[in-house]
Amino acid sequence: MIVPVMIFSINVQSPPSSQASYSAYQFCRALLRQGHNLHRVFFYQDGIYNATNLAAPPQDELDLYSEWQKLSKEHSVELVVCIAAALKRGLLNQEESIRYNKAGHNLAEGFTLGGLGQLIEAAAVSDRLITFGN
Amino acid sequence: MSTLHTVNKSSFTNRALESCILICRSSDGILLLEDGVFSALKSAPNATALEALNQQGIHIYALLNDVKARALEYKIAAHIQLISYDEFVSLTVNFNRVQSWY
Amino acid sequence: MHKKILLISRHAPYGNSIAKDAFDAALATAIYDQDLSMLFMDDGIFQLLRDQQAQEISQKSFTSMLSALPFYDIDKLYIHQESLEQRGLTIENLIVDNATIVNSAQISNLLNHQDHILSF
Repeated sequence: MIVPVMIFSINVQSPPSSQASYSAYQFCRALLRQGHNLHRVFFYQDGIYNATNLAAPPQDELDLYSEWQKLSKEHSVELVVCIAAALKRGLLNQEESIRYNKAGHNLAEGFTLGGLGQLIEAAAVSDRLITFGN
Repeated sequence: MSTLHTVNKSSFTNRALESCILICRSSDGILLLEDGVFSALKSAPNATALEALNQQGIHIYALLNDVKARALEYKIAAHIQLISYDEFVSLTVNFNRVQSWY
Repeated sequence: MHKKILLISRHAPYGNSIAKDAFDAALATAIYDQDLSMLFMDDGIFQLLRDQQAQEISQKSFTSMLSALPFYDIDKLYIHQESLEQRGLTIENLIVDNATIVNSAQISNLLNHQDHILSF
């Protein structure tokens, strides 16, 4: 059977403490294994917590934070974090940290901040948009 | 023209599956994942409704990894098909869109 | 690309931010010129009640936020009939009087005419 190659985008709305974030990650891995394209992973609501570089999970637990970064590195996947959701939850990049005069910044490498328009653009160009929520 | 519905909440404590069942039509499919796999138990609140949907031709799936993790492999209703993450992706390709009930 | 997108809002206002985030996503979808429809069902119905006084809990009222939808040309609004009935409400209790009441079969049909669903 010939499987069509599709463009996917993923909307992660759940924090790393919810299994939905892990499901989203496994779904991304699986679609890439099958040769589909992953246009963008958009982190919204509490999903933005997946993008912190300050989390230090115990060594005997999965480090989902690093897994997202590896995914992005290996497959050049765009990991976009909703800027409005991020700022109000205390997730900042260097630029926003300076703008709001905050003590530091904690957006992990591989992630970028972007507007909700990035979610809608992802919907516009993708064959499938899959939401993982909690 | 059909929709894949995913449900990640247990029907013992949450009504997401009940709403999903109301909306589901003959060419649709339902995938139970995460805590949604508890709804695959023969004793789950919506077990009869799920079986009725299945008899109308709606396929009911449960994510095998989540089922195994929760020690449910030999306790779930016979009509429910166990699938991998890879098959989850295939389902989203074969259906036209996905509605996530959470 | 112009896509048909249905945003489904199923969660109650205020207790957490899901309903507000759904509203923000709806505005973004409209601003980026996609063909948006919006469906309220389950506890999402409670967002539509008249006379909410959210200032009592230091929040923005959905009564006024949702009244603004027509100004963003979001005019395809649907309300799930069974959700309304289960909660003992009628359309008169709600602010969106230009919305269409749809039953489950009609929603099923609505879903099956979309390119994407934004699930909230």
